[in-house]
Amino acid sequence: MTMTKMTLTTEGDKHVVVTRRFAATPEAVYRAHMEPSILQKWLLGPDGWTMPVCLIDPQPGGKFRYEWADAKGNGFYVTGEYLVLEPSRRIVHVERMHLPDPTPENHVETMFEPDGDGTLMTMRMTLPDAKARKEMLATGMEHGMEASYVRLETII
Amino acid sequence: MPSLDDTFSALSDPTRRAILSRLTLGEATVMELAEPFEMSQPAISRHLRVLEEAGLITRRIEGAKRPCRLAPGGIAEIDQWLGPLRQALEANYARLDKILEDQTKERKDKPHDND
Repeated sequence: MTMTKMTLTTEGDKHVVVTRRFAATPEAVYRAHMEPSILQKWLLGPDGWTMPVCLIDPQPGGKFRYEWADAKGNGFYVTGEYLVLEPSRRIVHVERMHLPDPTPENHVETMFEPDGDGTLMTMRMTLPDAKARKEMLATGMEHGMEASYVRLETII
Repeated sequence: MPSLDDTFSALSDPTRRAILSRLTLGEATVMELAEPFEMSQPAISRHLRVLEEAGLITRRIEGAKRPCRLAPGGIAEIDQWLGPLRQALEANYARLDKILEDQTKERKDKPHDND
């Protein structure tokens, strides 16, 4: 069993840092972050959500747009721009959620490093300030609580 | 000490979650909290009582007002707010693990596949 434990921590007032190991090459993990047909299979968040729209212009300055929907007709979308693309190594982009008003910009640097026969991914999010970071996490709570609450009920 | 049941029950209501989201921005009075909702102040006050009993908010007395704030040590603690993000990311990466595993298998089955 490959060690895939994720870490999720805050750093200072503005940062959220995620690390995760994958049992695949940096090339494969990078591709899974840049190809719409692959992203649509995994970047879905809580159970019950799909990503019917995934548009990507994979070049520095290129835009992307992800749209999510659930069976109840709820939905929201994210737009962003790529700042740096180093194939198999690093993605730097900015993004904001539209709920439908846009949230503050989230600057995200994602690094893929060889780690034994796998990949260590480090994703560092930078929000404009502490308030924006709290708002982002509170939004996650809005979208995540329903699903986790349902899960808790099924466990009990 | 409020039980976990109280906390989850308090969090199960969308209005109460919206109130907590608003309070992450700072202290607010009942009137300020009622404003974005099409709800009377007594209805908002009932929600606030549930949140208070669940240990999620505290209220202080300031003249006739009772401003609310997130309770220290309650869900307000920043690392607690990471919970839903953690769940969403863990679900995402578990799906990605499966996709990567399938790709690796395919490549082994078809060694001359163009990549």
